[in-house]
Amino acid sequence: MEHRSSRLDNVRSLLSVFVYPVQLLVSLPVELTEKAFNTVLSYSDLKDENTSLRRKQLVDSIKLLKYEALENENIRLRALLENSFKLGEQVLVAELLSVNLVPYEHVVVVNKGSRFGVSIHQPVMDANGIVGQVIRSLPLSSEVMLITDPNHAIPVQVNRNGLRTIAIGSGKLDRLNLPFLPNNADILPGDLLVTSGLGGTFPQGYPVAIVKEFSVRPNKPFADIYAIPKAQLDKSRELLIVWSDSTPVPLMFPEESLKNVDANE
Amino acid sequence: MLTNKKQNIHGYFLTLLLAMCLKVLPLPDYLSRLNPDWVLLILIYWTLAVPERMGVFNAWCVGIIVDVLTGRLLGQQALVYALVSYTCLKFHKRLRQYPLLQQSLFVFFSLLFAQVLIFWIERIDSTTEFTLIFWLPVLVGTVLWPMIYVVLRFIRILGQTR
Repeated sequence: MEHRSSRLDNVRSLLSVFVYPVQLLVSLPVELTEKAFNTVLSYSDLKDENTSLRRKQLVDSIKLLKYEALENENIRLRALLENSFKLGEQVLVAELLSVNLVPYEHVVVVNKGSRFGVSIHQPVMDANGIVGQVIRSLPLSSEVMLITDPNHAIPVQVNRNGLRTIAIGSGKLDRLNLPFLPNNADILPGDLLVTSGLGGTFPQGYPVAIVKEFSVRPNKPFADIYAIPKAQLDKSRELLIVWSDSTPVPLMFPEESLKNVDANE
Repeated sequence: MLTNKKQNIHGYFLTLLLAMCLKVLPLPDYLSRLNPDWVLLILIYWTLAVPERMGVFNAWCVGIIVDVLTGRLLGQQALVYALVSYTCLKFHKRLRQYPLLQQSLFVFFSLLFAQVLIFWIERIDSTTEFTLIFWLPVLVGTVLWPMIYVVLRFIRILGQTR
């Protein structure tokens, strides 16, 4: 079966080169309207946007100053603990092709593929948080599964207290389910969920979602929790494909880490 | 005679290309769930219209391309298209005599058969929940069939007379 082996990958890669023009053709109208819209933008609009962006940049750069100091401190502290830590990540900006593969899956196509070094299982983000992971890299394009796909699970932890769990896609673009937390778990609406780095696919510490609702089901072992993804899954057209160059967590318990990799698929 | 055949091939490829574009067209969520399998509809038409030049292998090749286009398992749509085109080839003499409404009924069952096969194959390794909406494209495709038939016949005749 093709979903177990990778023997037919070459055939698919070859055929995808012929299919790519179709995908470009389909997403052409969207790009054209966007370009047309950009050319007719008025001067005052641009000026407003410019000032607001400048202000945002100022605030962000101040935050970044603090962040750099914190990161250095963190690396020092982790060195004291003899723990590995991410040293830095490389990103590639990829543009979304306006293509809808099948309605019952959340898989999108981006215009960067294995010719740019994109490979399977790479994390994909936008400016606000984790978007998903690469599930197939073809020569000219690659397919990205969003975190809200029902087949996708991402290991997360609550930023406030470090509580680890797994967030599973719900099939709706504005909803992630957290089905594996007990009724007495310390989690509140408004909590930020960040990637925990377990499983090794996603680098540690990137925002994933914000907890929206926590409801206890008295006669069930697990609580009913759902969260709203931070990334603008239906709006952003530019995505970042990330290379993280360190193993995020030392593999102390091989069986446990294997389980997490399974959950990650 | 030769040029006529060439025209036919142009019509066939162009409509197939258009169908593939329509299949992956980005639509709002509720519309994309109604989007019928355009490629299969157009394959059915050409198989009924020129059965001597279409074949099961042809449909299979188109299916493989659609698999790559939509990121499915390699061979999933190919199997579906090959089986549907086989039934079309088997019944094409009878179907061509039928009125449009009766043809639509046949198209309905073909699309339903295709969707059932896809449903089974997709269920093997995914946890996606398939709701009743999954079956709506079958109905939409059936409703659109008379229109497709008329338009494609126009294209075919255009290709022959030129």
